[in-house]
Amino acid sequence: MSSVPLSAYLVLALILFCIGLYGALTKRNIVVVLICIELMLNAVNINLVAFAKYGAHPGVAGQIFALFTIAVAAAEAAVGLAVLMALYRNRKTVHIDEIDSMKH
Amino acid sequence: MSGEYLAFLALALVAIIGGVLMLNLSKVVHMVIALVFTFISIAGLYVLLSAEFVAAVQVLIYSGAITIIMLFGIMLTRHREEDKEKTTTGGFWRKALTAISVFAFGAAVYLGVYQLDFGENAARLHEKNAEQIGTALYSHYIIPFEIISVILLVALVGAIILAKKDDGEAQKK
Repeated sequence: MSSVPLSAYLVLALILFCIGLYGALTKRNIVVVLICIELMLNAVNINLVAFAKYGAHPGVAGQIFALFTIAVAAAEAAVGLAVLMALYRNRKTVHIDEIDSMKH
Repeated sequence: MSGEYLAFLALALVAIIGGVLMLNLSKVVHMVIALVFTFISIAGLYVLLSAEFVAAVQVLIYSGAITIIMLFGIMLTRHREEDKEKTTTGGFWRKALTAISVFAFGAAVYLGVYQLDFGENAARLHEKNAEQIGTALYSHYIIPFEIISVILLVALVGAIILAKKDDGEAQKK
Protein backbone atom coordinates (compact mmCIF):
# COMPACT_ATOMS: atom_id res chain seq x y z
CA MET A 1 0.00 0.00 0.00
CA SER A 2 1.68 3.20 -1.13
CA SER A 3 -0.77 5.79 0.11
CA VAL A 4 0.45 8.89 1.88
CA PRO A 5 1.02 8.10 5.58
CA LEU A 6 -0.80 9.88 8.36
CA SER A 7 2.41 11.40 9.71
CA ALA A 8 3.01 13.30 6.43
CA TYR A 9 -0.27 15.16 6.89
CA LEU A 10 0.47 15.78 10.55
CA VAL A 11 3.93 17.19 9.78
CA LEU A 12 2.50 19.46 7.07
CA ALA A 13 -0.12 20.73 9.52
CA LEU A 14 2.62 21.27 12.10
CA ILE A 15 4.67 23.37 9.66
CA LEU A 16 1.65 25.49 8.74
CA PHE A 17 0.77 25.91 12.42
CA CYS A 18 4.32 27.06 13.23
CA ILE A 19 4.27 29.57 10.34
CA GLY A 20 0.95 30.94 11.60
CA LEU A 21 2.16 31.07 15.20
CA TYR A 22 5.34 32.94 14.30
CA GLY A 23 3.38 35.39 12.15
CA ALA A 24 0.76 35.98 14.82
CA LEU A 25 3.45 36.69 17.41
CA THR A 26 5.66 38.99 15.34
CA LYS A 27 3.55 40.79 12.73
CA ARG A 28 2.64 44.42 13.36
CA ASN A 29 -0.55 44.80 11.35
CA ILE A 30 -3.76 43.58 12.99
CA VAL A 31 -5.20 42.24 9.72
CA VAL A 32 -2.11 40.11 9.19
CA VAL A 33 -2.32 38.80 12.75
CA LEU A 34 -5.95 37.80 12.09
CA ILE A 35 -5.11 35.91 8.91
CA CYS A 36 -2.22 34.19 10.70
CA ILE A 37 -4.76 32.95 13.24
CA GLU A 38 -6.89 31.69 10.34
CA LEU A 39 -3.86 29.79 9.05
CA MET A 40 -3.43 28.13 12.45
CA LEU A 41 -7.09 27.09 12.46
CA ASN A 42 -6.60 25.61 8.99
CA ALA A 43 -3.69 23.53 10.23
CA VAL A 44 -5.93 22.15 12.97
CA ASN A 45 -8.55 21.31 10.35
CA ILE A 46 -6.00 19.31 8.35
CA ASN A 47 -5.31 17.29 11.48
CA LEU A 48 -9.01 16.63 12.08
CA VAL A 49 -9.67 15.50 8.51
CA ALA A 50 -6.49 13.37 8.44
CA PHE A 51 -7.51 11.58 11.62
CA ALA A 52 -10.98 11.09 10.18
CA LYS A 53 -9.43 8.94 7.47
CA TYR A 54 -6.33 7.39 9.02
CA GLY A 55 -7.06 7.55 12.74
CA ALA A 56 -7.65 4.72 15.18
CA HIS A 57 -11.41 5.02 14.71
CA PRO A 58 -11.98 6.36 11.22
CA GLY A 59 -15.33 7.87 10.52
CA VAL A 60 -17.18 10.92 9.41
CA ALA A 61 -16.99 12.59 12.85
CA GLY A 62 -13.66 14.25 12.14
CA GLN A 63 -15.00 15.92 9.03
CA ILE A 64 -18.01 17.20 10.96
CA PHE A 65 -15.69 18.64 13.61
CA ALA A 66 -13.75 20.35 10.82
CA LEU A 67 -16.98 21.88 9.53
CA PHE A 68 -17.82 23.20 13.01
CA THR A 69 -14.31 24.68 13.28
CA ILE A 70 -14.73 26.41 9.93
CA ALA A 71 -18.04 27.92 11.07
CA VAL A 72 -16.54 29.21 14.31
CA ALA A 73 -13.52 30.56 12.39
CA ALA A 74 -15.82 32.48 10.06
CA ALA A 75 -17.66 34.00 13.03
CA GLU A 76 -14.32 34.87 14.64
CA ALA A 77 -13.07 36.58 11.49
CA ALA A 78 -16.23 38.70 11.22
CA VAL A 79 -16.14 39.79 14.87
CA GLY A 80 -12.39 40.40 14.67
CA LEU A 81 -12.81 42.65 11.66
CA ALA A 82 -15.61 44.53 13.43
CA VAL A 83 -13.35 45.08 16.46
CA LEU A 84 -10.63 46.27 14.07
CA MET A 85 -13.04 48.77 12.51
CA ALA A 86 -14.08 50.16 15.91
CA LEU A 87 -10.44 50.36 16.98
CA TYR A 88 -9.38 52.09 13.78
CA ARG A 89 -12.15 54.65 14.12
CA ASN A 90 -11.01 55.58 17.61
CA ARG A 91 -7.23 55.33 17.35
CA LYS A 92 -6.51 55.85 13.63
CA THR A 93 -3.97 53.06 13.57
CA VAL A 94 -3.81 49.41 12.63
CA HIS A 95 -0.48 48.73 14.29
CA ILE A 96 -0.59 46.43 17.22
CA ASP A 97 2.20 48.09 19.20
CA GLU A 98 0.49 51.48 19.12
CA ILE A 99 -2.65 50.16 20.79
CA ASP A 100 -1.42 50.03 24.36
CA SER A 101 -3.88 52.12 26.36
CA MET A 102 -4.60 49.20 28.71
CA LYS A 103 -0.90 48.69 29.39
CA HIS A 104 -0.34 51.53 31.87
CA MET B 1 5.73 6.84 -6.31
CA SER B 2 2.00 6.81 -6.85
CA GLY B 3 -0.11 9.64 -8.18
CA GLU B 4 -1.53 10.30 -4.73
CA TYR B 5 1.96 10.81 -3.38
CA LEU B 6 2.88 13.24 -6.17
CA ALA B 7 -0.33 15.19 -5.64
CA PHE B 8 0.35 15.36 -1.91
CA LEU B 9 3.89 16.63 -2.48
CA ALA B 10 2.77 19.32 -4.93
CA LEU B 11 -0.10 20.53 -2.72
CA ALA B 12 2.03 20.53 0.41
CA LEU B 13 4.74 22.48 -1.39
CA VAL B 14 2.27 25.12 -2.57
CA ALA B 15 0.77 25.37 0.92
CA ILE B 16 4.13 25.88 2.63
CA ILE B 17 5.36 28.31 -0.04
CA GLY B 18 2.18 30.34 0.41
CA GLY B 19 2.76 30.47 4.16
CA VAL B 20 6.42 31.47 3.84
CA LEU B 21 5.55 34.15 1.27
CA MET B 22 2.92 35.45 3.67
CA LEU B 23 5.62 35.93 6.28
CA ASN B 24 8.07 37.63 3.93
CA LEU B 25 6.04 39.88 1.65
CA SER B 26 5.85 43.52 2.60
CA LYS B 27 2.43 44.62 1.33
CA VAL B 28 -0.65 43.43 3.20
CA VAL B 29 -2.71 42.69 0.08
CA HIS B 30 0.08 40.48 -1.25
CA MET B 31 0.11 38.57 2.03
CA VAL B 32 -3.61 37.83 1.72
CA ILE B 33 -3.18 36.68 -1.88
CA ALA B 34 -0.35 34.35 -0.78
CA LEU B 35 -2.68 32.92 1.84
CA VAL B 36 -5.28 32.17 -0.86
CA PHE B 37 -2.79 29.76 -2.46
CA THR B 38 -2.38 28.02 0.89
CA PHE B 39 -6.14 27.76 1.41
CA ILE B 40 -6.80 26.33 -2.05
CA SER B 41 -4.04 23.74 -1.75
CA ILE B 42 -5.43 22.74 1.64
CA ALA B 43 -8.75 22.15 -0.13
CA GLY B 44 -6.87 19.85 -2.53
CA LEU B 45 -5.45 17.98 0.46
CA TYR B 46 -8.99 17.48 1.75
CA VAL B 47 -9.89 15.86 -1.57
CA LEU B 48 -6.90 13.53 -1.13
CA LEU B 49 -8.22 12.69 2.34
CA SER B 50 -11.60 11.77 0.78
CA ALA B 51 -13.39 14.75 2.32
CA GLU B 52 -14.92 16.31 -0.77
CA PHE B 53 -17.61 18.23 1.09
CA VAL B 54 -15.10 19.81 3.48
CA ALA B 55 -12.97 20.72 0.46
CA ALA B 56 -15.89 22.54 -1.17
CA VAL B 57 -16.65 24.32 2.11
CA GLN B 58 -12.97 25.27 2.42
CA VAL B 59 -12.95 26.88 -1.03
CA LEU B 60 -16.22 28.70 -0.36
CA ILE B 61 -15.53 29.93 3.16
CA TYR B 62 -11.79 30.42 3.31
CA SER B 63 -10.67 31.39 -0.16
CA GLY B 64 -14.00 33.11 -0.77
CA ALA B 65 -15.55 34.68 2.27
CA ILE B 66 -12.70 35.13 4.73
CA THR B 67 -10.29 36.43 2.08
CA ILE B 68 -12.86 38.96 0.89
CA ILE B 69 -13.65 40.08 4.43
CA MET B 70 -9.92 40.50 5.13
CA LEU B 71 -9.52 42.52 1.93
CA PHE B 72 -12.38 44.74 3.06
CA GLY B 73 -10.63 45.15 6.40
CA ILE B 74 -7.45 46.20 4.60
CA MET B 75 -9.18 48.60 2.25
CA LEU B 76 -11.33 50.28 4.89
CA THR B 77 -8.30 51.08 7.03
CA ARG B 78 -5.56 53.37 5.88
CA HIS B 79 -2.20 51.80 5.21
CA ARG B 80 0.79 54.00 4.79
CA GLU B 81 3.48 52.70 2.51
CA GLU B 82 4.96 49.75 4.34
CA ASP B 83 8.21 49.74 2.41
CA LYS B 84 9.93 52.14 4.75
CA GLU B 85 8.09 51.13 7.87
CA LYS B 86 8.81 47.93 9.64
CA THR B 87 6.10 45.29 9.40
CA THR B 88 6.97 43.37 12.53
CA THR B 89 7.05 44.24 16.20
CA GLY B 90 10.00 44.18 18.50
CA GLY B 91 13.70 44.16 17.85
CA PHE B 92 16.05 41.52 16.54
CA TRP B 93 16.41 39.67 19.83
CA ARG B 94 12.69 39.42 20.44
CA LYS B 95 12.13 38.04 16.96
CA ALA B 96 14.98 35.58 17.36
CA LEU B 97 13.62 34.41 20.70
CA THR B 98 10.16 33.97 19.20
CA ALA B 99 11.59 32.00 16.28
CA ILE B 100 13.57 29.77 18.63
CA SER B 101 10.51 29.13 20.81
CA VAL B 102 8.29 28.33 17.82
CA PHE B 103 10.99 26.06 16.41
CA ALA B 104 11.36 24.27 19.74
CA PHE B 105 7.58 23.77 19.88
CA GLY B 106 7.64 22.41 16.33
CA ALA B 107 10.50 20.04 17.11
CA ALA B 108 8.76 18.76 20.25
CA VAL B 109 5.53 18.04 18.38
CA TYR B 110 7.48 16.54 15.47
CA LEU B 111 9.07 14.01 17.80
CA GLY B 112 5.57 13.01 18.84
CA VAL B 113 3.99 12.66 15.41
CA TYR B 114 6.63 11.66 12.90
CA GLN B 115 6.07 7.94 13.14
CA LEU B 116 2.49 7.91 14.31
CA ASP B 117 0.56 5.30 12.38
CA PHE B 118 -2.67 3.53 13.14
CA GLY B 119 -2.41 1.15 10.22
CA GLU B 120 -4.70 0.85 7.26
CA ASN B 121 -8.33 1.16 8.18
CA ALA B 122 -11.12 0.42 5.79
CA ALA B 123 -12.99 3.70 6.08
CA ARG B 124 -15.69 4.22 3.51
CA LEU B 125 -15.55 7.99 3.56
CA HIS B 126 -15.35 8.60 -0.16
CA GLU B 127 -18.67 6.89 -0.95
CA LYS B 128 -21.47 9.48 -0.86
CA ASN B 129 -19.44 11.77 1.34
CA ALA B 130 -21.98 14.58 1.56
CA GLU B 131 -24.78 12.12 2.33
CA GLN B 132 -22.78 10.58 5.18
CA ILE B 133 -22.03 14.01 6.61
CA GLY B 134 -25.66 15.07 6.32
CA THR B 135 -26.94 11.94 8.01
CA ALA B 136 -24.53 12.25 10.91
CA LEU B 137 -25.05 16.01 11.22
CA TYR B 138 -28.83 15.81 11.47
CA SER B 139 -29.00 12.74 13.68
CA HIS B 140 -26.03 12.49 16.01
CA TYR B 141 -24.76 16.09 15.99
CA ILE B 142 -28.05 17.94 15.86
CA ILE B 143 -27.57 19.94 19.10
CA PRO B 144 -24.06 21.23 18.16
CA PHE B 145 -25.50 22.11 14.77
CA GLU B 146 -28.22 24.24 16.35
CA ILE B 147 -25.70 25.87 18.70
CA ILE B 148 -23.51 26.75 15.70
CA SER B 149 -26.46 28.53 14.12
CA VAL B 150 -26.95 30.54 17.32
CA ILE B 151 -23.22 31.39 17.34
CA LEU B 152 -23.40 32.63 13.76
CA LEU B 153 -26.44 34.77 14.58
CA VAL B 154 -24.74 36.25 17.64
CA ALA B 155 -21.58 36.96 15.62
CA LEU B 156 -23.66 38.64 12.90
CA VAL B 157 -25.48 40.92 15.32
CA GLY B 158 -22.34 41.59 17.36
CA ALA B 159 -20.28 42.49 14.31
CA ILE B 160 -22.91 44.94 13.10
CA ILE B 161 -23.19 46.59 16.50
CA LEU B 162 -19.41 46.82 16.91
CA ALA B 163 -18.77 48.23 13.47
CA LYS B 164 -21.57 50.73 13.16
CA LYS B 165 -20.96 54.34 14.00
CA ASP B 166 -21.89 55.70 17.37
CA ASP B 167 -25.04 57.78 17.39
CA GLY B 168 -23.34 61.04 18.35
CA GLU B 169 -20.62 60.52 15.79
CA ALA B 170 -23.16 59.79 13.08
CA GLN B 171 -25.14 62.95 13.86
CA LYS B 172 -22.07 65.14 13.60
CA LYS B 173 -21.61 64.20 9.96
